[in-house]
Amino acid sequence: MTSTIVAEGLRKRFRGGAVALDDFDLTVPAGIVHGLLGPNGAGKTTAVRVLSTLLSFDAGRAEVAGADVAGDPRTVRERIALTGQDAAVDDLLSGRQNLVLFGRLQGLSPAAARARAGELLERFDLAGAASRSAKDYSGGMRRRLDLAASLIRRPAVLFLDEPTTGLDPRSRNEVWRAVRDLVSEGTTVLLTTQYLEEADQLAARISVVDAGRVVAEGTPDELKSALGADRLEVVIREADRLDDAAAVIKEVTGTVPDIDPDQRRLRVPVADRVGALTAVLHGLQDGAITVADIGVHRPTLDEAFLTLTEKVPA
Amino acid sequence: MTAVTAGRVMAGRYLRHVVRAPEEIVIYFSLPIMFVLVFGYVFGSGMAVPGGGHYREFLVPGVFVMTMFYGIGATGTGIAVDMNRGVVDRFRSMPMPRSALITGRMAADQVRALLEITALVLCGLPVGWRWHLGVPRLLAAIGLLLLLRLALSCVGVALGMLAKNPDMVATIVFPLAFPLTAISNVFVAPELMPGWLGVVSEWNPISATTTAIRELFGNPGIGSDSWPAAHALPLAVVWPVLLIVVVGPMAVRRYRNLSR
Repeated sequence: MTSTIVAEGLRKRFRGGAVALDDFDLTVPAGIVHGLLGPNGAGKTTAVRVLSTLLSFDAGRAEVAGADVAGDPRTVRERIALTGQDAAVDDLLSGRQNLVLFGRLQGLSPAAARARAGELLERFDLAGAASRSAKDYSGGMRRRLDLAASLIRRPAVLFLDEPTTGLDPRSRNEVWRAVRDLVSEGTTVLLTTQYLEEADQLAARISVVDAGRVVAEGTPDELKSALGADRLEVVIREADRLDDAAAVIKEVTGTVPDIDPDQRRLRVPVADRVGALTAVLHGLQDGAITVADIGVHRPTLDEAFLTLTEKVPA
Repeated sequence: MTAVTAGRVMAGRYLRHVVRAPEEIVIYFSLPIMFVLVFGYVFGSGMAVPGGGHYREFLVPGVFVMTMFYGIGATGTGIAVDMNRGVVDRFRSMPMPRSALITGRMAADQVRALLEITALVLCGLPVGWRWHLGVPRLLAAIGLLLLLRLALSCVGVALGMLAKNPDMVATIVFPLAFPLTAISNVFVAPELMPGWLGVVSEWNPISATTTAIRELFGNPGIGSDSWPAAHALPLAVVWPVLLIVVVGPMAVRRYRNLSR
């Protein structure tokens, strides 16, 4: 299958001077969810806004759903839909009026727009609230309405910009389910998220974005191993036993630990959380090394980004 | 999807807003009616109309114009609310003519203006205001009011896009609207003002429309023989057209530049 989204060397500098995209490359094959994962300000939203024709860019090339973003934005717009961070619906109108409006603006006849609105309200479980103003919807309902509005014409590519930020777990699951359904019908989804878990749940492939460029790319599994395994941390009482403790840890885990002499702390990546913890603890006790603290820590997303960005040559 | 259809659908959207949030239009309707009553009855007894005639007949055309003027607030706020929300992103990511947001808003404003004019006619008749020169001139006067409203819609759209924040629009419009309408011939004939203030009032663009519709209605107080008063009819066309030509492209450019 050909690629549905291709971005090559995209560069975007805002008028204030901030560089939001800096040599941004992305290739997304058709029919999958591709995640853009990154911290706030990494450039994820800018990338989505550029690819969905909302923002111009300064250099590079972008193609979405077979059309050139800069040269033929109109064709791109015919083939995409966008669901942003801030639900892109009309607050004063009812759910049904919103969907009819967007249907009409996309060229549906009044009757066709009403029929499609009815279908989507059913599908997204909003039929009961169809005549209420969107401003009275809960966060989850708004996001569902927003998603429904994006699906009026069955887009080839759907951009989802942080679709679950601020949602409770149940609403989040509903959005995830809707996204999975869509992809099974053949839509390509570009999803931005700050949540590793969300990318893990939905995305077949993930690009990690930092400082306006993609710093790592792969399947969730590939990235998780690249992002660093769990870390075992041991703090011992006597500073003069640090070398002995390091020897024990190396023997058990096969890796030389990092040593922080000031904190009397040793750190080592481990694959098997509980096994490594137990074995190291036993080893230290057998060597009569007093343990002040021991624990296994998952890397936080922040740490993962630090790890990944450090690998990038400046 | 043609630009006309898109503009019509968008105008329908703005008019639906009126139906779904009628509070706003109630405020916009009650303000002019209050002005007719307060100025007509409370201050009116102390007001003179140069050249004779009843003050309330002098006042009502002025309030027509004032009402068109205050419409800037409604337009600006409506556009700023849209700009503040993701909904504009959806419009802009859809394959629809980009002009629709602006043309739709301006068309909806024309419908609103007609409703406001009708309400004011119904409020003016019981307090003694009449049109004396026949229906064609009545319609011509309404045409001038709609032209003024069209120009002020442009101003409102530009303001809404620049402000990007509905509260900011209100902060800009209302402190300006009162002096701009008061220092005109809306409430008081410029001849009765201190010399320089009278000159400013005579030249105030909204005075042109007020004098022009007073002429067309056959209402008193069409003013001195100063140049702007003597050429009120052409000026009532020229000023709004000028405003459209100057401000309209600013609004369009601002909307285009959202992609910067």
